[in-house]
Amino acid sequence: MTADKTPVMNVDKAALRRIARGGAVLGSGGGGDPYIGRLMAEQELGDDGSVPVVSLDDLPDDALILPIAMMGAPHVMLERFPSGNEIPALVATMEKLMGRRVSAILCIEAGGLNSVIPFIAAAQMGLPIIDGDAMGRAFPELQMVTFTLAGLGATPMAMYDDKGNGATFDTVSNQWTERLARALTIEMGGAAMVGLYPVTAAQCRPCLIRGSLSLAHRIGDLIETYGGQATETLATSLGGTMLFHGRVRDVDRRLEGAFAKGSVRVEGQGDFRGRTVTLGFQNEFLSAEEDGRMLATTPDLITLVDANTGAPVPTDTVKYGLSVKVLGLPCDPIWRSDEGLALVGPRYFGIDVDYTPLDVA
Amino acid sequence: MIRIGVDVGGTNTDAVVMRDKSFVAGAKSPTSPDVTSGARAAIDKAIARSGIDVGVVDAVMLGTTHFVNALVRRRDLASTGIIRLCLPSGASLNPFAAWPADLVKAIGGKFRLVDGGYEMDGREIAPLDRAQLLAAVDDLRAAGCTEIAISAVFSTVRGDMEMEAADIIRAAHPDLQVTVSQEIGRIGLLERENAAIINSALRPLAGQVVAAFKRMKEELGLTCPVYFTRNDGTLIDTEEVERLPVLTFACGPTNSMRGAAFLSGLAHALVVDIGGTTADVGEVRDGFPRLAGTSVTVADVQTNFSMPDVISLGLGGGSLVNRETGRIGPDSVGLDLLTQGVVFGGDTLTASDVAVASGRAQMGTHPAPPLPEVEALTAEIDRMLADVVARSRTSAEEMPVLAVGGGSVLMGPVVDGLTVIRPEHHDLANAVGAAIAQVSGEVSRIVQLTEGLTREAAIAQVTQDASDAAVARGADPATLTTLSVADVPLAYLPGNNLAISVNVVGDLNLEAKG
Repeated sequence: MTADKTPVMNVDKAALRRIARGGAVLGSGGGGDPYIGRLMAEQELGDDGSVPVVSLDDLPDDALILPIAMMGAPHVMLERFPSGNEIPALVATMEKLMGRRVSAILCIEAGGLNSVIPFIAAAQMGLPIIDGDAMGRAFPELQMVTFTLAGLGATPMAMYDDKGNGATFDTVSNQWTERLARALTIEMGGAAMVGLYPVTAAQCRPCLIRGSLSLAHRIGDLIETYGGQATETLATSLGGTMLFHGRVRDVDRRLEGAFAKGSVRVEGQGDFRGRTVTLGFQNEFLSAEEDGRMLATTPDLITLVDANTGAPVPTDTVKYGLSVKVLGLPCDPIWRSDEGLALVGPRYFGIDVDYTPLDVA
Repeated sequence: MIRIGVDVGGTNTDAVVMRDKSFVAGAKSPTSPDVTSGARAAIDKAIARSGIDVGVVDAVMLGTTHFVNALVRRRDLASTGIIRLCLPSGASLNPFAAWPADLVKAIGGKFRLVDGGYEMDGREIAPLDRAQLLAAVDDLRAAGCTEIAISAVFSTVRGDMEMEAADIIRAAHPDLQVTVSQEIGRIGLLERENAAIINSALRPLAGQVVAAFKRMKEELGLTCPVYFTRNDGTLIDTEEVERLPVLTFACGPTNSMRGAAFLSGLAHALVVDIGGTTADVGEVRDGFPRLAGTSVTVADVQTNFSMPDVISLGLGGGSLVNRETGRIGPDSVGLDLLTQGVVFGGDTLTASDVAVASGRAQMGTHPAPPLPEVEALTAEIDRMLADVVARSRTSAEEMPVLAVGGGSVLMGPVVDGLTVIRPEHHDLANAVGAAIAQVSGEVSRIVQLTEGLTREAAIAQVTQDASDAAVARGADPATLTTLSVADVPLAYLPGNNLAISVNVVGDLNLEAKG
């Protein structure tokens, strides 16, 4: 980073709290609760520390950018915390593989726990974070990034666990990286830190989803200010729509392979009385359906918020009886291309419908 | 079976005498600063009114707010050191994370991380290092800690290492008390550890409280066992409360909800318990309070032991009325309502005075004050209660609202569109809830489903373990019922891992317990 550029923002403890809140909204019901990651970042920041979030435009073309993320089960992180040595080891390994120093950290997934993990890395390594990400939300698999659409490889990739075990990957496709890395994550105890998709600023420019972290911050700020009333404001100011308001009347969960699948039935209240919407999920909410008609599907964001507090409600804790608002937010346009939909569209997740962009009229 | 139920509240101490499942007599007495003399007076009166002989009482069940009050006021807390068995994992998030600074100061905030802990499948992260563990204890003692708590990664999956560490410490330091996290909390290391720290910090106070109640029992001439009521509406004996005082934290709201359900004969209802300072609102299903989901905040600390899902509102019989703003509460005269309230001859306008002026309540020794704005103030009370009732509902389902507690006279006949029922003896609901408390066993663990182990079989296994735990506590095996079963798949991980939690309850069997 050149010293004369002003950061987009300096993220201190208070700002981090807002980003974590916003990250939970962008998690679209999945991606894990950012709470535990926020506490780790706070420990790293200390009382007075902050991390600069910078614009990609402020980095020279040849600057090396390293995305850092947690891979595995967010539930494991609630019990077994990282050692704190994983990230320095990752960065050192990647610098050796790339033959150069890392200039900035990138958030690869602005939704869920991984919205805050890069702040731990930035605080530890004394590096700035780029204001952007490669999903614009949370997705369950590591090839589901805009980098894949741009033909960029996830490897060389490094993975470290809390014991100090490390591994590097050299694979033929990002789908293979997902398979192999997922398998190793299990052996490492269910969760590990990864550094992947090392890119130069020039490679990053065409495919970065810009402004994701300042967006998360803005969402968190709106929820802090407006609580349960934030949903309507969020919908209008983010170009989305409030799809539904009602009470959870049924939650059906089942386990298929590595994924928690199921559905949530919401019965309308207020303006929505007499209507029923069913939300389908696989870790994240994937579809919102009313009488066989899709109101929204992946890759657009479907987020459930507690109607009383404005707090996002994840798929793994949504409960019968909760009064909720269903927020639909448009995904980044890059996901609406044929290639994007092949990677993260409804059919990839086994939902047999064509994607129709979220109706925000 | 004759039981005495006692509830020590902030304002009043209530006592009831129950014969099997029926109410015999009850009495109230102001809570005394030394706590037990108020309880003794209430029990004395209740026994006198019941006409029973002290010798026939089979058990005394106590609910007390002692421990949570000590934590809220940051008083009577022991300097506690926490040892976490986790290294090489764990150092990225230290104990006491996200605690309020004044509470960290009151407890000392000392910790050591040492080798140990388990992976989610029960593999060791690292073996326990005895020398390192004992060095950590020496460090913490040298730093002034008088109590030690231990946590270990995934100790709810495998408890051996926490137990072994506790044994090693007790053998080397016979004078030290040790709390192990698996006895208190569920999955979620930080929250479980927080609960363990708080438990240790409260142990010396628990010893004093138990001793005081034992003295009180002797003074009353009672020879039966004494039990304390837990957060989940079940019982622990005095030995266990000295060890695990934190388990009694939220017994007040729980007892009042269970008592209200019992007195009304309804298994499903919303309960509004209004005391002198606050109104607590929660839901009862199958006679037990709905429990909070994952974590609960106690005195600004996140913990994860089983607690009822209760919303508190700063509105009670003693709440101060601001005539200028038309606002009521959250400040209250509390204990002093009986001297400071206008209808009691004082000069402080309280919510109770409004209730008398509006005709909803009759109480006191003096007439209600002239209040031209009585309608607006009554409407404000109704609005405050309707809001908190609406937030406590989990469905649009019609269900009655049970109004209990001395301050429940503030309530009108309908709240949030629901009919309000005031059961007989409602002002003693807490003590009744204590008297009818049962015995529970709770187990929560991550299970990996394999070809030989279906989800149903895994849940059955955990349920059996929870039943065994309940029976070990003194539950009659013939009366066991499964109160709750929760299973959550662990996302983003192949291998079908399920987090299963089961809670089983049964009636106390005094014969079996000996």
